[in-house]
Amino acid sequence: MELLVASALGLLTSAGVYLMLRQRTFPVIVGLTLLSYAVNVFIFTAGRLTVNLPPIIDKYANGYTDPLPQALVLTAIVISFGMTAVLVMMALGAYLEAGHDKVDMNDTDETPKGGAK
Amino acid sequence: MSHWIIAPVILPALVGAAIMLFMRNDLLLQRVFSLASTLALTAIAAALLWAATLHPPEVYFLGNWPAPFGIVLVLDRLSALMVMLTALLAVAIQLYAIGSDWDARGRHFHALFQFQLMGISGAFLTGDAFNLFVFFEVLLIASYGLMIHGGGKDRLRAGVQYVAFNLVGSSLFLFALATIYAVTGTLNIADLAVKAQTLPEGDDALFRVAAVMLMLVFAVKGALVPLQFWLPATYANAPGPVAALFAVMTKIGAYAAIRFGVMVIPPSTPATGTLIADLMMPAAIATLIIGAIGVLGASTLGRLAAFAAIASMGTAFIAISAFTPAATAAALYYIVHSTLAGAALFLIADLVADRRAHDRLDQALPPIQNSGLIAGLFMASAIATAGMPPLSGFFGKLLVMDALRDQAALVWSVILITSLVVILGFARAGSTLFWKAHAAAPLEGPRHEPQGLAFTATFGLLAGLVALTVFAGPVMAWMEATALSLHDPAAYIAANQLPQVK
Repeated sequence: MELLVASALGLLTSAGVYLMLRQRTFPVIVGLTLLSYAVNVFIFTAGRLTVNLPPIIDKYANGYTDPLPQALVLTAIVISFGMTAVLVMMALGAYLEAGHDKVDMNDTDETPKGGAK
Repeated sequence: MSHWIIAPVILPALVGAAIMLFMRNDLLLQRVFSLASTLALTAIAAALLWAATLHPPEVYFLGNWPAPFGIVLVLDRLSALMVMLTALLAVAIQLYAIGSDWDARGRHFHALFQFQLMGISGAFLTGDAFNLFVFFEVLLIASYGLMIHGGGKDRLRAGVQYVAFNLVGSSLFLFALATIYAVTGTLNIADLAVKAQTLPEGDDALFRVAAVMLMLVFAVKGALVPLQFWLPATYANAPGPVAALFAVMTKIGAYAAIRFGVMVIPPSTPATGTLIADLMMPAAIATLIIGAIGVLGASTLGRLAAFAAIASMGTAFIAISAFTPAATAAALYYIVHSTLAGAALFLIADLVADRRAHDRLDQALPPIQNSGLIAGLFMASAIATAGMPPLSGFFGKLLVMDALRDQAALVWSVILITSLVVILGFARAGSTLFWKAHAAAPLEGPRHEPQGLAFTATFGLLAGLVALTVFAGPVMAWMEATALSLHDPAAYIAANQLPQVK
C-alpha cells in the first residue's frame, strides 16, 4: 500500500508541476489543482497509513488512526478549493480584458504600468 | 490582559464583515468604520506591546484546549512589535487611500483591508504552525482582492501570476507541515522547539527536508532570490496604497524565518545544524545584489520601489542568517525601518503616477503639480531607503554590518557597494522625474484638487522614520532584549504549559 500511495503522490506532483510550467492559464490552474490533491493525500499519510481503524473513540476499536491529519486535510481541502476558485475568476477576468490567456507578461503592448486606473 | 490577545484578530474580522454586509453602498460609512477599527487596532496593539514589554510571553488558549493539542496564540515581544508596526502602517495607508480616493475606484476596499489586517495580525500572533498557514491564506486571499482593486488588464494579469505563485507556496507549506508532523508529532511552535532538539536518530534526514521546505516557503513570502520573481510585477501593478501595505507582507516572511530559524531550529539543533544559515546567507546576498541592480535599471517608478523592497529584504535576511542575538536585533531594527521606508516610497510613487501620464523613468515629462513637495518627499525616502545619514536606514545598515564583523570582507563590501548602486538608481530616477522635467515643454493637464490627507499620510510614515532615528538608542535596547528572548526561548516555551513527558 505504501508503494501505491507513494507512486500516486509522485505521479500527481510531477503532472502538476509539468502543467504549471505551461504558458496558458488553464493548464496552470489544472496543474495547481493536481498539486493540491497531492498535498491533501500527503497530509493524510503524515498520520501513518492504517486500514479500517477509526479516528475517534469507539468501544469496539482494535486501535486508532491519528485524527489530527484528517482535521488538517479538511482545512487544506477547503482552503485550496477556495483559492482555486479565486484564481479561476481572476484568470477569467484577465482573459476577458486582455483577449488571450498567456501567463507571462512580456508580450504586453506599450501601455504604461502603474499608471493604469 | 489575556483575552485582549485575540482582539487584533477579532476586531478587523467583525468590522470587515459588518462593512461587507451593512455598508456596501455607503463609502462614507465604510471610511468612518474602517478607520475607527484601524485606530482601535493601533490602541490595542500599543497596549499589547506595553504588556509584552513588562511581562513574560503570554498564551491565549483558543477554546481553552491545553497547549500541544489545541491552537494557541502567543503574545511575546516579537509578535507585539510586528502587530504594532502593522497597525501604524495601516493607519497611514488608510488615510492615504481615503485622501487619494483610491478606495472609491472599486468596491470593497475597506472590507478587504480589514480582512488583510486580520490575517496579518493572526500570522504574527499565532503559536501554532498549521494556524500560521491558515492565517497566511487569510491574508493572501484578502491581498488577492486588494491587488486587483480598481481592475485593468495589466493588474489582472499580474494578479493571476501573484495568485499562482502563492498557491505553489501554500502547497509547499503544506508539504513541509505534513512532514514535520510526521516526524515530530506536533505542530505547536513551542513544542516543536523542544522536540526538534531531541529527535530520534533516524528522523534527522526527513526533518532536514521539512525544515528546508519550510524556509523555502518563508523565502517565497520574503522575496528571497531565486524566489523573488513574483514581487516586481505584483508590486508595480498593485494600487499604490496596496503596494505600500504589501511592504509589511514581505516582512511576514522575515518574521517567520526569525521565529522558526532562531527559536525552533537554531544552528545548535543536532538535526539541522548550520544548514539553514549556510543556504540563507548566499541567497540573501544575491537578493541584495539583484535588488540594487533592479533599482538602477528599473523602467518605472513602481518597479524601482519594488526592487528597493527586494534589496531591503536582502539586507534583513543577511542579518537574520547570522543567527546571533546582535544580528537578530539589527535585523528587527532594519525590518521596522524598511517597512516604513518602503511604504513611503510606494505612496510617493503613487503620488507621482497620479499626476503624470505614466510613471516611466526613461523620458522626462513636464513638471507635475506639487513638484517641489513631492520631490522633497522622494528625496527623504530615497535617503532612508538607500541608507544614507541622517535617517534610520543608515543606522540599520550600520547595525547589520556591526553585527557581522566576522564576515566583514564579504558582507561589508556587498552592503556598501549595493548601497552606492541604490543611491545612483535613486539619483537617476529623481533627476528624470523632477529636474529634467523643467526642460520638457510645459503641458496643460487636468489640475488635481489638493490631497491634504494623502500628503499627511506620507509625512506620517517619514515622521515614523525620524522617530526611529531619534530614539535609535532606546529602540535598539528593546530590540536586543527581544533578540535575547528569541535566542533563549525558555520563557516562550514555559508560557505554553506543555505537559511533561515521562
